[in-house]
Amino acid sequence: MNAMPARPVLIDTASGAEPALNSTSPPKSRAAKPSETKVLPLKTPSHTYGARISSALRETAATVIPPLVVVAVMLLVWQLATDKPGAALPSPMKIWAEASDLIVSPFFVYGPQDIGLGWRVLTSLERVAYGFGLAAVFGIALGAIVGQSIWAMRGLDPIFQVLRTVPPLAWLPISLAAFQDSAPSAVFVIFITAVWPVIINTAVGIRNIPQDYRNVAEVLRLNPLEYFWRIMIPSAAPYIFTGLRIGIGLSWLAIVAAEMLTGGVGIGFFIWDAWNSSRLSDIVVALFYIGVVGFVLDRLVAFIGRVATRGTANA
Amino acid sequence: MTPTEKPFLQIQGVHKTFRRGATETEVLHDISLDIAEGEFVSIIGHSGCGKSTLLNLVAGLTRVTTGAVLLENREVNDPGPERAVVFQNHSLLPWLTVYENVHIAVNKVFGRTKSRAERHDWTLHNLDLVQMAHAKDKRPAEISGGMKQRVGIARALAMEPKVLLMDEPFGALDALTRAHLQDSVMQIHARLGNTAIMITHDVDEAVLLSDRIVMMTNGPSARIGEVLDVDLPRPRERLELVADTRYIQAREAVLKFLYERHRFVEAA
Repeated sequence: MNAMPARPVLIDTASGAEPALNSTSPPKSRAAKPSETKVLPLKTPSHTYGARISSALRETAATVIPPLVVVAVMLLVWQLATDKPGAALPSPMKIWAEASDLIVSPFFVYGPQDIGLGWRVLTSLERVAYGFGLAAVFGIALGAIVGQSIWAMRGLDPIFQVLRTVPPLAWLPISLAAFQDSAPSAVFVIFITAVWPVIINTAVGIRNIPQDYRNVAEVLRLNPLEYFWRIMIPSAAPYIFTGLRIGIGLSWLAIVAAEMLTGGVGIGFFIWDAWNSSRLSDIVVALFYIGVVGFVLDRLVAFIGRVATRGTANA
Repeated sequence: MTPTEKPFLQIQGVHKTFRRGATETEVLHDISLDIAEGEFVSIIGHSGCGKSTLLNLVAGLTRVTTGAVLLENREVNDPGPERAVVFQNHSLLPWLTVYENVHIAVNKVFGRTKSRAERHDWTLHNLDLVQMAHAKDKRPAEISGGMKQRVGIARALAMEPKVLLMDEPFGALDALTRAHLQDSVMQIHARLGNTAIMITHDVDEAVLLSDRIVMMTNGPSARIGEVLDVDLPRPRERLELVADTRYIQAREAVLKFLYERHRFVEAA
């Protein structure tokens, strides 16, 4: 009985936005004193804007500070390990000295081949957009067929399972030979790398559509097209987005391999080019860019997935 | 029903056998039952006796092995909205709102015959019927089990079915919610006069709601053991019936059938 009124008292003392996080121990100690319940109407109004902001700041700090500390320690260790003449890899200080322009200004243009990494990333993203877009469309369509038909699954699944293990680099010569042109082969390499998880996850999602939904569709006499849009896609959406999320990660992984043969201004080619001219510092900066962009892409697809599958996850 | 008139729904000598690999299991053995228009029939039996299978046969979700199900003299071969089903676990589509869940059925059944505005009104009317119009914009995950089942009933009613099929519609609900929903179903039945078949394993529920109770023997090869006419005037009041001798006798008859003559031998 006492635990209930104790809760609002706690909210304004500990945190306004997220009482659940900090509320485990205090209620018991407070609940022990029945007189505390009388404080409730008086103290609730003091649950103010200022308290809210300070608690929000505290929470942000709690998520931001630990990784910052780890990064600082890593940089320090890295600096100590490589800060001597003749070290094989550049130290953070050396990278800053040699490549600070790449770090601080991603969007400079000094010449056709001398542009900021931001531009290079955008060029690569465009390539990934084509490759991954194709992979998403084909993957979902093929996955729907494989998930629906037991015979399509028996026939195609072993082939998918073998092909999906082929590394992106191995597809290069074949796609070059097939397309005779570097631009479409680069897109093809990204496509062929990203398509398998989309197919396989979509197929699993569709095979897992509950019999209940199929029964509803049958009683309503939905036609195949209505069934596809109203039942199949929404029901399999969580699986489809899992596939898409893996797929976008893989297609970003394939970008270096794909751009090795296209040349031009992509971030992948930049690394290849920097290696050929021994600019190790530039490579480290480029790796950082690739990592951050990959992370953002993953979160982006995850976010779209969360919005699109709202309510679907639990019945 | 005059003797010359054909019954509304006929189940004629239905057998159902399921085959898995080389083994065949007969689930239903020679089921025959005539149901009049507007009648409320309950099918009761222990779990595993094939009562859900029987409902699925009438729904058309499962095909009969031999025999036939006839609705208004037409053989039932596939599912359709004129035999709407209220599923045991509500089976609402979780990505649609309450309104959309009913509306998808309304659009499908009345897409050609009603205008857009009429379909909208009809959807709301049916949500009103089960007192769920207030939650029309909520998703199934945001409402309680009893509310979900109400929406499931609204969806079925919205199809204006010739026969309303209910597969243990209140089985997953707590006792109070169940009583509440039973009253709702009785009111709706009184108002619309639907023909209804309900699967249940609850004796009180069967006696309270039904005109007739069909008692099934234990499976495999389940048959219709007995059919009991529940001769109680409508509208029926739960509280008044508790002391009614006809109610007590009907209840006793079903209980005796289930627990004396056809006791469930295996542990459930």
